[in-house]
Amino acid sequence: MSHVIPSHLHDHEVILDVRDLRVAYGKVEALHGVSLSIRRGEIATVIGPNGAGKTTLLSALMGLLPASGEIVYMGHAQGREREVEALVRQGMTLVPEKRELFAEMSVEDNLLLGAFDRYRTGHRDHLETLDEVFEWFPRLEERRGQLAGTLSGGERQMLAMGRALMAKPKLLMLDEPSLGLAPLIIKEIFRIIGELKKTGVAILLVEQNARAALQIADVGYVLETGEVTLSGPSGELAADPRVVEAYLGFGKKH
Amino acid sequence: MDLQIFLLLGQDGVTNGAIYALLALALVLIFAVTRIIFIPQGEFVAYGALTLASLQAGKIPGTVWLLLALGLVVIVLDGVQMLREGRYGKLPSLLIFNLGWPLLCAAVLFALPPGDLPLALQVLLSLLLVVPMGPMVYRVAYQPLAGASVLVLLIVSVAVHVAMIGLGLLFFGAEGSRTPAFTEVSFELAGAPLQGQTLLVVAASAALIAGLYFFFERTLYGKALRATAMNRTGARLMGIAPTLAGKLCFTLAAAIGVFSGILIAPITTIYYDSGFLIGLKGFVGAIIGGLASYPVAALGALLVGLLESYSSFWASAYKEVIVFTMIIPVLLWRSLTTRHVEEEEE
Amino acid sequence: MMRHLPLIVFVALLGAGPLLLPEFTVTLLNYIGLYAIVAVGLVLLTGVGGLTSFGQAAFVGLGAYTTAWLTTVYGVSPWLTLLIGIALTAAVALCLGFITLRMGGHYLPLGTIAWGISLYFLFGNVEFLGGHTGITGIPTVSLFGWELKSAREFYYLIWLVVLLAMLSVRNLLDSRVGRSIRALKGGAVMAEAMGVNTPQAKIVIFLIAAVLAAISGWLYAHLQRFVNPTPFSINQGIEYLFMAVIGGVGHVWGAVLGAGLITVLKQWLQDFLPQLLGQSGNFEIIVFGIAMVLILQRARDGLWPVILRRLPLRSAGGPRQLVAAEPLPRRARPAPGSVLLDASEVTKRFGGLVANNRMSLSVKAGEVMALIGPNGAGKSTMFNCVSAVNPATEGKIAFLGESTVDLVSRDIARRGMSRTFQHVKLLGQMSVLENVAIGAHLRGRQGTLAAALRLDRGEEARLLAEAAQQIERVGLKEQMFEPAGSLALGQQRIVEIARALASDPCLLLLDEPAAGLRYLEKQALADLLRKLRSEGMGILLVEHDMEFVMGLADRIVVMEFGEKIAEGTPAEIQSNPRVLEAYLGGVESAA
Repeated sequence: MSHVIPSHLHDHEVILDVRDLRVAYGKVEALHGVSLSIRRGEIATVIGPNGAGKTTLLSALMGLLPASGEIVYMGHAQGREREVEALVRQGMTLVPEKRELFAEMSVEDNLLLGAFDRYRTGHRDHLETLDEVFEWFPRLEERRGQLAGTLSGGERQMLAMGRALMAKPKLLMLDEPSLGLAPLIIKEIFRIIGELKKTGVAILLVEQNARAALQIADVGYVLETGEVTLSGPSGELAADPRVVEAYLGFGKKH
Repeated sequence: MDLQIFLLLGQDGVTNGAIYALLALALVLIFAVTRIIFIPQGEFVAYGALTLASLQAGKIPGTVWLLLALGLVVIVLDGVQMLREGRYGKLPSLLIFNLGWPLLCAAVLFALPPGDLPLALQVLLSLLLVVPMGPMVYRVAYQPLAGASVLVLLIVSVAVHVAMIGLGLLFFGAEGSRTPAFTEVSFELAGAPLQGQTLLVVAASAALIAGLYFFFERTLYGKALRATAMNRTGARLMGIAPTLAGKLCFTLAAAIGVFSGILIAPITTIYYDSGFLIGLKGFVGAIIGGLASYPVAALGALLVGLLESYSSFWASAYKEVIVFTMIIPVLLWRSLTTRHVEEEEE
Repeated sequence: MMRHLPLIVFVALLGAGPLLLPEFTVTLLNYIGLYAIVAVGLVLLTGVGGLTSFGQAAFVGLGAYTTAWLTTVYGVSPWLTLLIGIALTAAVALCLGFITLRMGGHYLPLGTIAWGISLYFLFGNVEFLGGHTGITGIPTVSLFGWELKSAREFYYLIWLVVLLAMLSVRNLLDSRVGRSIRALKGGAVMAEAMGVNTPQAKIVIFLIAAVLAAISGWLYAHLQRFVNPTPFSINQGIEYLFMAVIGGVGHVWGAVLGAGLITVLKQWLQDFLPQLLGQSGNFEIIVFGIAMVLILQRARDGLWPVILRRLPLRSAGGPRQLVAAEPLPRRARPAPGSVLLDASEVTKRFGGLVANNRMSLSVKAGEVMALIGPNGAGKSTMFNCVSAVNPATEGKIAFLGESTVDLVSRDIARRGMSRTFQHVKLLGQMSVLENVAIGAHLRGRQGTLAAALRLDRGEEARLLAEAAQQIERVGLKEQMFEPAGSLALGQQRIVEIARALASDPCLLLLDEPAAGLRYLEKQALADLLRKLRSEGMGILLVEHDMEFVMGLADRIVVMEFGEKIAEGTPAEIQSNPRVLEAYLGGVESAA
């Protein structure tokens, strides 16, 4: 599995550093100055209730939405014109909330397309990467000929993650990987996410399922109505009663 | 009608139907990947046929000027953007594809007397002259409208079609052309003559369809195009840019168009505006396939060819009326069998 | 008066035209007028309705050939053939529309291309229509005994029709039916939920466009006194669309501008280009094609808005003032506490995915029921099932005791359920007032013809007064005449509530109404909802702001994985461990 580690990266190197990120839909600002940073081999999680702007944050980081603020990726400040395809080439991948699989293609074809940009730029090692992904997700190897649209929810999430790993990312962004999954499968997915960080990839995990996310993350951010209201080592956050308040609106009652 | 006439007409129908099938496939492909209803598909047929005819007549085809002009427009559009964004590394490939290539083609045309070249080279030269216009047209006309609705893209398609017709008239004149047959061989089938040319068209079309199948099923680029058609966002997240997919599609569609034109040129006289009706017959096939199914579109197109051929026997004058009126029952059938979920645009 | 000044000047110039201008120019203006009539129809169809047709030339041909054949062969009066031509065209358009409009928007233009080509070849091949030579000797038209023999005389008839066409289309757009037509482009789901029959609205505008084309054809036949197939080819059909798009596809004046521009330009280019290129041929189409691509890339709305921006006078978009009017009648209220909505065992599947599994909930008159749950729990899906925007796969939903199985969303709206949308569905260009007036659609009954002839003003005033009253009620009086798209997102959600209220519902479905609101705005919203509750309205609410929900709701249903996991009062829900787990998640090994 060590192949997944980009060898030129140093330990604890900051992969992504975001300062004062703002995103607006038309006149309405959805994110008001969010700052966060992630190091290599680290899991950072952004938790928060529905509608807090978590998906907006990831979409902006991935270049799917225009944003203002400072984004430093791999030590390079990024310009205003950020295109998804260019970011993919720089090793950023997003596993979106909706998974966005190619439903009428086989599992194997979905995975191979994950390596499309590497293939296009002359890295023809997709078959080896495929084997590595199958080691992570043996379930996918069993289903390699099956159409993606016929998979179960958990398998779809695995496929979406496997497809993202095919690009050998340096930064892996996961949007609500537990969404709509049964507890046992969530556990399995989170176990794999926890293992993945050992390969050195930086993981930005956006989750509503705060307990599971904080358990595997190194640092956590609580996002509420477009702002980071709490942040810190995930162990501390897990014990902080204000996290519960943020979710269930108890605060004003007690 | 006796058996002999029946077979003869069937032969004609299958020959034309094979060409319509190729065009139908290209139309479905472009619509699936880019949501563009590619009305100018037929113009590539006419350009292909007439470029070959010009070469055979020993003339410099006007399409070379269009290639040069389109190339220059692309260079200006893309070059300015690249310079502004400081992406100098991409400039050489831009210049090679959009300026070097057309200049090379022009040089070859002026250096060698095109009329004396062997047929295979003339065919190749026609392909090399017209096919690159596919991605260029995409870049110039469609790429700036990437987020537009199907309706706007359709109106653009019609505008491109109209401009290409006018240019076709300018380059090739109002006179029609017919190229010599690729083969004079003839067989006999159940008492009816079977033209070698017919076999050639059917075989070439079948080979091209097989090639397309291989491309889409076995190559990563082909899969990338299918992926874009299925899920645009998903494809972008894999690094498959919509513009890349668009250019690839248009290259394929232009190639299919030119190839069809070269195949049909010895069978029918092609005028500068003949492509429109030919392309639309491909469309009738594509609509039978709901602009979505490749095999149904191809079969539908074959049906159009046969219908056209047999109706020309009974009611020659009404041939076009019958073929295009057929779209009405097809649409009715489609409309009754599909439950359309309103897509909200803009 | 100032507002009408440009129009008065235009009409005066038009009237003076034939007295001053040379024959050639009058002829040119006649053609511009004929084309403009067709283009006005396309403005309505394409610019406003978001549909299009390349077959308008064929409709022109239908109108022209009908009168040509009937007047020359049977000696029928031209005025009668006008009616016959219109009827025939309407019948054809109805068929084409019925077949294609049920499918995606691109099938209509493709269908019209095919129809245009078929009809062209038919004209050219049918013997009794004269084949390619056509029909000659068409009689002149007499108007109150005045025989319109010369181009100068005919000019007045043509431009009278142009002005009438523009006026009636403008009248139509500024009405109850007009608002539903304007909702077709980008707001069809919303319009249906407000009770608009959108397929019918689409057919209506296609019919109007076709009929205008047929009238233009009738005029053409009697102006020219002969017809042949050439001017009715698909190429002319394309040119009509170009006129509408270049002029300005959203404005009736754009039709006149486009028709004028293309006609004059064509005249000039047909002289100039062959000289330049040293060959003869219709090379102007190269210029038109390229110009169209550029217009669509650079100025999607055409040239008319560009001109308008340079003029000091602004055209008024929709009503600016309100006329006092009698309030609309209100429906009978169900008794407080009676069950309005009763959904039981509702299951919704998308392919293999179960989004709602045997969900049950009920709402009574005079209560606020909140539906909460984590992201992806299936709340909005449930909403869409209840309002039949996306009907349930299985299960029973009864509204006011009646099963909704066979009802589409507009039927349910008619019975007194109204809703807002999670993703705001307002028509951004239209004023807040007009947006809210769409909500009152079902409380009016005046149709297309009444609107075109301005016979609907009494009812229109009442509808607008109702809309204004609801806007005031939600606290947006200041923004009433502003385009809805210019409001902040939170305010837009409030406009959606006003629109829902304008339908005089007894059950209100609100999908995340508080999202994007500031603290004080949220309080105001909560107060409004409390007031509605006290008036006996039932409210079903999906909301993420827990503070808002807990302070407002009478009962709460909690969903997870498409199923109900808890139901009770706010206090019960807040102390329910299962709810806490659903929201915060639980990993078995959690310490």
